[in-house]
Amino acid sequence: MINVNDLHKSFGQLEVLKGVTEHIHPGEQVVIIGASGSGKSTFLRCLNLLEQPTAGHIYIEGEEITDPKHDVNKLRQKMGMVFQQFNLFPHYDTLGNIILAPMKLLKMPKAEAEELGMRLLEKVGLTDKVHVFPAQLSGGQKQRVAIARALAMNPKIMLFDEPTSALDPEMVGEVLKVMADLAAEGMTMVIVSHEMAFARDVAQRVWFMDGGVILEQGSPDEVFSHPKEQRTRDFLYRVNEKK
Amino acid sequence: MFASLLDAFSVWFAKTEAQFYLCFVADDRFTRYILSGLGATLKITFFALIIGITLGVVVALVRVTYDKNALSMRKGLGRRLLGIFNWLAKLFLTVFRGVPVVVQLLIWYFVILASARNGVNVAIVAFGINSAAYTAEIMRAGIMSVDAGQNEAGRSLGFNYMQTMRYIILPQAFKNVLPTLCNECIVLLKETAVAGYVAVTDLTKGAYIIQGRTFVAFMPLFAAALIYLAFVMLLSWLFGKLERRLRASDQR
Repeated sequence: MINVNDLHKSFGQLEVLKGVTEHIHPGEQVVIIGASGSGKSTFLRCLNLLEQPTAGHIYIEGEEITDPKHDVNKLRQKMGMVFQQFNLFPHYDTLGNIILAPMKLLKMPKAEAEELGMRLLEKVGLTDKVHVFPAQLSGGQKQRVAIARALAMNPKIMLFDEPTSALDPEMVGEVLKVMADLAAEGMTMVIVSHEMAFARDVAQRVWFMDGGVILEQGSPDEVFSHPKEQRTRDFLYRVNEKK
Repeated sequence: MFASLLDAFSVWFAKTEAQFYLCFVADDRFTRYILSGLGATLKITFFALIIGITLGVVVALVRVTYDKNALSMRKGLGRRLLGIFNWLAKLFLTVFRGVPVVVQLLIWYFVILASARNGVNVAIVAFGINSAAYTAEIMRAGIMSVDAGQNEAGRSLGFNYMQTMRYIILPQAFKNVLPTLCNECIVLLKETAVAGYVAVTDLTKGAYIIQGRTFVAFMPLFAAALIYLAFVMLLSWLFGKLERRLRASDQR
């Protein structure tokens, strides 16, 4: 479903991605871990071209999206993205956030869009917050609205960029639950996260990124319990120590 | 003592009444100069405001788009065109913010639009374009004040650049700069007082004409001053109302 071939990305002199080649299958959930600055967020943002790769090729469903002639807006319509900072639209209420894209981009009639919006709010457990503005929601609620908003375009792939890192600890669970439900439905998901327990439960594969490359990858059990690389062991040790 | 005070007052009152009659009632002067002058002032302000905001947003968009995207754009016609537009926008700001508005008005009336016989229309153009230069920078500040994550969220849903601007960035930018925009409207309203330079009978000129006819300065000038003040207060009130409405979504 996603084919990445020798992906490079530099910001000025700084080379953040130093050649990533990977394949993600339909219905697969991949969790990317790694220290900050390892290139994991940049990699994720390259997948929907929020960052323009410096070199290399990305194919999604067989189409080369790194081809300059490829319609980037059409591509993004089939890939949902969830951000660390939620990025809800503060001037729309919960339902308004969700129905904006389907109404304006898919020309969906308002009644139909609202019906879809209500279904999605039910899915993320927020039917009591339909006409509430983002400023009045908790972090966990905001992130669940953000997930519903991304789902409203009926995407085939969902990208999550540290979706729980900005949340208070007691709100992490409600967001991960929604994500786990989504995974159970067979959504293709690429998740940058530090939630090791979630990765263990949900992910088919875990990638450990270090220095702009995927240093090690495998099933959660392989990477977490039997890491082959010293750097992976060091990273996991540091992360576990913090807890 | 009291009687003489009363006498003095009744003399003053009679004199004032006579002046009032002379300035506003005789020859229908209030209607002919003050009211019709007010009409011209409001007409110029209103249409200049529309030109100013529309053109201002366009110029701001050019500047912001260039600053944000030009370096990351692929070399080619699009990037070059954007560069040219940005240069034109900067030139526009330099010229129209750099020359006094009275001088601009005179140049429009006597040089560029010399064949136009309607001073009000010339004033609308002159004040509108002058105001656009200021509004452009106000709107640019507003657009830049919106968090970059808003743009990313819009784009990641599949909105193109202009759609993201229209549905997501500009409404928030507009709300953020509303107090400053109110300022600009007030300044514009009062600035039109120099429209008399190009044979427009606006409120100020109307008052001035009455003064010339009657040799009374106090009445017409204070009438004009009060009317300006009243409309500025009305404008602030309207903007305050609008601001409260747009801020409804910020309530925690």
